[in-house]
Amino acid sequence: MCGIAGLIHRGKSSNVGSELQGMLQALKHRGEDSTGYALYGDTDGKNFIMRFKVGENVGEGSSSVMEDVSVYDERKKIVDETLAEMGAKVVKEERTLPYSLRYEIDYDTKDLLDFSQRIESIPGVEILSMGKSLEVIKDLGNAKMVCDRYSLDKVVGTHAIGHARMATESGVDIKSAHPFWGYPFSDVSVVHNGQLTNYWNNRRVLENKGMRFMSECDSELIAVYIAEKMRHGATLEEGMKESLTGLDGVFTYFVATKDCLGMAKDTMAAKPLVLYESDDLVAMGSEEIAIRSVLPQEIDTYDPFDGEVKVWQI
Amino acid sequence: MANLKTVSKKSKAQSMGMHTEVLTGRTQQKFFNPDEAENFYYFGTYDVDFNKRTELDVKDMTAPEANKEIDNLMSQGYGTIVIKNPQGKHSLGVGILNKLNLIFEGSLGYFGMGSCDGPIVRINGRVGWSCAENLMAGKVVIEKNAGSCFGAAIRGGDLICKGSVGARTGIDMKGGTIIIGGDAGAFTGFMMQRGRIIILGDVGINLGDSMYDGTIFVGGEIGSYGSDAVDSELTSNDQDWLKRKLKVAEIGENFDVSKMKKIVAGKKLWNYDNLEPTEKKGAI
Repeated sequence: MCGIAGLIHRGKSSNVGSELQGMLQALKHRGEDSTGYALYGDTDGKNFIMRFKVGENVGEGSSSVMEDVSVYDERKKIVDETLAEMGAKVVKEERTLPYSLRYEIDYDTKDLLDFSQRIESIPGVEILSMGKSLEVIKDLGNAKMVCDRYSLDKVVGTHAIGHARMATESGVDIKSAHPFWGYPFSDVSVVHNGQLTNYWNNRRVLENKGMRFMSECDSELIAVYIAEKMRHGATLEEGMKESLTGLDGVFTYFVATKDCLGMAKDTMAAKPLVLYESDDLVAMGSEEIAIRSVLPQEIDTYDPFDGEVKVWQI
Repeated sequence: MANLKTVSKKSKAQSMGMHTEVLTGRTQQKFFNPDEAENFYYFGTYDVDFNKRTELDVKDMTAPEANKEIDNLMSQGYGTIVIKNPQGKHSLGVGILNKLNLIFEGSLGYFGMGSCDGPIVRINGRVGWSCAENLMAGKVVIEKNAGSCFGAAIRGGDLICKGSVGARTGIDMKGGTIIIGGDAGAFTGFMMQRGRIIILGDVGINLGDSMYDGTIFVGGEIGSYGSDAVDSELTSNDQDWLKRKLKVAEIGENFDVSKMKKIVAGKKLWNYDNLEPTEKKGAI
């Protein structure tokens, strides 16, 4: 089933980590195999923030294979060496969990493709997000568990999207969890509720164009599809509108960039979405109770119609 | 066309293309005899007094707790219940088989007022997916917008949304009336089998797709027609009925019903029914 939620504050920052946690926790009945956050925090914009993993959470319910922590250490060491070879200086390093790391990197490049390819050529290493504002945090469990594990409740920023997942067609693991980074674009992330039926056809085409897939989760296709459109000059909104015909199936998805948040709904409107919009806040989720966690007072909300695409700026 | 005020009920219904609603199914004949109706007990109903009014704050209640409390209040004879702080909770007010004035001061989540038979409900907010699904009788009024599958499979009663509704409104409906003050999404009237839908605003793609029977009235633009849905002539009786219905619904008071489009099923399905509405004859 899965649940998605997102919010964007216009003209101000807020405690988006805590707000999104509340929204996703309200949707936990839609799936709590894994939960993911894409948070756009307030930063000075100088350094890249790279969230990456060197292994999987092999806790209860995981479909991943147990590995020794020494394997994670070895992979981290290779990542450090590769970054040094590329001239990327690690300014700050955090290892929240044995398999999950956050680096702030001083690196001067506009093309993250080569950078990402080199890092991800290290077996067992996956970049969860790369950007100057975006941080993707995803792990097994419900929203509160993930929030507590990564101390996300204090993150201040302008906007965020998140996903509560019920695994159906791919494994219970971090690599299949949402949000997906819009590789190789800085600060692009996607969450999706639905099912894409032309996943393999599109994947083959996009892989032939040099795009990369890390999982077999159909939702990852949306991130790659939009990223590929933007790579060829399309705006976020144009890419999303093209997806309405390019992607087959039922879907409601959110895309976020450094300063935008967008939603798209398929032409059959088969997946739910409730939207609240005011001058200073847009909040949306699979169910109204998600919005109620940040706006408990009586508000006006509505369901976007079939084939609708909307994009908001901070 | 005959004057609605003077013709018999049966003639009036047939002149407007409706069935006479004579139930001839085997199940009805075998298990239900109208002459013995007074001997039947409708489980879960109470004698209530509409003048006996109370309030119920459900802020800290789960949906089952709130529904049980509504049932408990009805058992005490309360005929008017005001629900405070519903806050988008799912499945509130389901399974009420009673005459009751129920007022929600706020919005409901999914499946609100599902499987009800008889209550008069006013929701001073919006509702999520599948509001009033399987409604048998009564009236449900939503002051704001509604989600998808609004009035799915209803069999009777009036379901009114003063705002806009999502996709698949009236999917599989088998009777009753759905009235929308604003716009409606895609697949409105999908596989509807009987009943009527009135939409004052625009409607999305595939209107009335695969409809067996029933009638849809649209005041605004139509995105596209679904398979089996065709235009039909809007008669003066239709207009009279629309005016009356909109007045009762307290909606579209000055709406010009003469410009509405009337959509019906253009195809008769084998063995669906031995009754053939005049609308279909006119359309084919």
